Amino acid sequence: MALIKHGNLVEDLFTAVGDGDELPSKGAVLVSLECWQDNRAALLERADAVGVRLHSDQSPELIEDDLKHISLVALEFPAFRDGRAYSYARMLRERFGFKGEVRAVGDVLMEQLHFMLRTGFDAFEFESDDPVRQFETAMADFSVWYQPSSDGKQTATQLRHFPRR
Amino acid sequence: MYRYDEFDQKLIAERVKQFDRQVTRRLAGELTEDQFKPLRLMNGLYLQLHAYMLRVNVPYGTLGSKQMRRFAEIARKYDRGYGHFTTRQNIQYNWVKLEDTPQILKDLAEVEVTAIQSSGNCVRNITSDQYAGSAKDELADPRMYCELLRQYSVLHPEFSYLPRKFKIAVTGSPNDRAAVAVHDIGLRMHLNEAGALGFEVLVGGGLGRLPYIGHTIRDWIEPEHILSYVEAILRVYNMHGRRDNIHKARIKIIVAQMGIDKYRELVEAEWERIKDGPLQVPDEEIERIENYFAPPQYDALEDETELLLAQSADNAGFDRWQKSNTVEHKVSGYRIVNLTLKAIGLPPGDMDADTMDAVADLADRYSFGEIRVSHRQNLSFVDVRQRDLLELWKALDELKLARPVLDAVSDMICCPGLDYCALANARSIPIADDINRRFVDIDELADIGELKINISGCMNACGHHHVGHIGILGVDKRGEEFFQLTLGGSSDQNASLGDRLGPGLPQADVPDAIAAIIDRYKSLREQGERFLDTYRRVGIEPFKDAVYGDKDRKAVA
Repeated sequence: MALIKHGNLVEDLFTAVGDGDELPSKGAVLVSLECWQDNRAALLERADAVGVRLHSDQSPELIEDDLKHISLVALEFPAFRDGRAYSYARMLRERFGFKGEVRAVGDVLMEQLHFMLRTGFDAFEFESDDPVRQFETAMADFSVWYQPSSDGKQTATQLRHFPRR
Repeated sequence: MYRYDEFDQKLIAERVKQFDRQVTRRLAGELTEDQFKPLRLMNGLYLQLHAYMLRVNVPYGTLGSKQMRRFAEIARKYDRGYGHFTTRQNIQYNWVKLEDTPQILKDLAEVEVTAIQSSGNCVRNITSDQYAGSAKDELADPRMYCELLRQYSVLHPEFSYLPRKFKIAVTGSPNDRAAVAVHDIGLRMHLNEAGALGFEVLVGGGLGRLPYIGHTIRDWIEPEHILSYVEAILRVYNMHGRRDNIHKARIKIIVAQMGIDKYRELVEAEWERIKDGPLQVPDEEIERIENYFAPPQYDALEDETELLLAQSADNAGFDRWQKSNTVEHKVSGYRIVNLTLKAIGLPPGDMDADTMDAVADLADRYSFGEIRVSHRQNLSFVDVRQRDLLELWKALDELKLARPVLDAVSDMICCPGLDYCALANARSIPIADDINRRFVDIDELADIGELKINISGCMNACGHHHVGHIGILGVDKRGEEFFQLTLGGSSDQNASLGDRLGPGLPQADVPDAIAAIIDRYKSLREQGERFLDTYRRVGIEPFKDAVYGDKDRKAVA
């Protein structure tokens, strides 16, 4: 599995901790919502970064008040057809002003990277022989957008009437 | 008509290029059929019983003659010489090859036509009143808002993987010809108490297995907020809509389960957060799009009442056609003309390439080069000079597009059914044909009057059977096709779902049953009553009696 962040192939600095597993003594960890809720105090005391992984039926509203303590929110696509996480990503960015990493995990396909980037994801975990090339190909697909979204790209309407330089 | 500017043109070109790559990846085996399916669907490509089917958008039913000629070319070059106009104001090609589709989409893009999101779990083609801009009874022209919504919905990054498909319809007339109450979102333009123009917003209507009439989620909203309100509805649906069961995934189900009040509460809360953001439509953009829908250069004409009377007196065929197939125009001296695609022996909505070309020529000559597609699978010329009607009628008659049957028994809506469709349980086209052959007498049809028969070959209800005055639904019973009748449905401003008449009938019995229902209506009707009015007054019992008589109503099927 490759991790692309801000367009680059990067090493995953977070250790995924399964439910019921012992938390490692140090280093960044990625935990489930349940684990976060059960071990909140212990996790808050850690010096290293904490990430929370949300299933597609777990809205970021559930961690709204804790977002300032969280460096990474991983949003799961259990199947590529399940599009809830697009709304969750926008919620994190636009409604909660979350500045940390929003990572797409699960059934992430090249063909969807473009929509993910537009809705506020900045990291993508997906299966690929050549992830950087696939990412770049997907990003080059479009240069015109009709809708305002989390990426702040100028829409066709904005370009028509009041283009920003 | 709307014309693409550089931004629209570029986006469509980029989309075609992307699809080209996706097809290449599929053909090379880099994408599985499962992964490719939603991608091809979002480009209008279905895999049907015998071949791939390409569904091409006609945005809000508005089509230029140049585009119609391109439809004809595509029919000849890539299909078997014909196309099929659908209840969603689109055109479908039934026999295309996967490897040809990128080139077809390129050919279409050249004339500003796309197949983007004509299928898939996303916002589909925006539909509207086929008479928009010309109807006498229109309060405001809905096309500019349809275009806004078209652009808003194309390649929406957040809403391309909704729980299920999503259909939006807009009407600018109090007489609803766009069936807005049976759409996921229906928008009805009207004036508020202060006299300002805005939209009533309906949500959660739909047909299919579990039909619902939409609920009013908001009585009135300002036009500049229409996109943010639609976005709020979509966002709540995307997060809360059911994804555990495909048959319960439409917005109508979550609205019904949650209750409209709760759904409204969530939408209003979301809307409050976003309404003053970038989705607010700037005046400049409203003005820009509105300019494309400015009225054409009408001649200053008087109504030609006397001329038409004289022409009608001379020619009974013209007289009948004019009364049946033409509609009042908002500008004096003009008339709206309907082309009925309901010739005997042809599937409703089908048209061959030569006829498409001929229609394009007539549109150029008589109606400012514009053609409309209606959800009842007919075409319209919406700006015809009254003094040209006789000539136009003669031309249409030669093309077999002048059967004077608008809204009459022969003007059926009919899905492609089991002759084409992979979902169907029964063949709907032969039923339409049987009924058509049973009611060939034009005077008899005129005497029966307005009676809308809608036929679907399965529960998915593409033929809108629930809202037909008479609805016919094909079902499969132990390998045999049966047809269930419903009465009293309507998709207009007084929308209602039909009531089931009784047990399903074998195909051979359907024409007799329809005839019996019509005979009973004729004996019961009061002065000026349409079938639907009589039905609403007397209820279903007399019609049950007419069709099933003393027979044990449960024994048939």
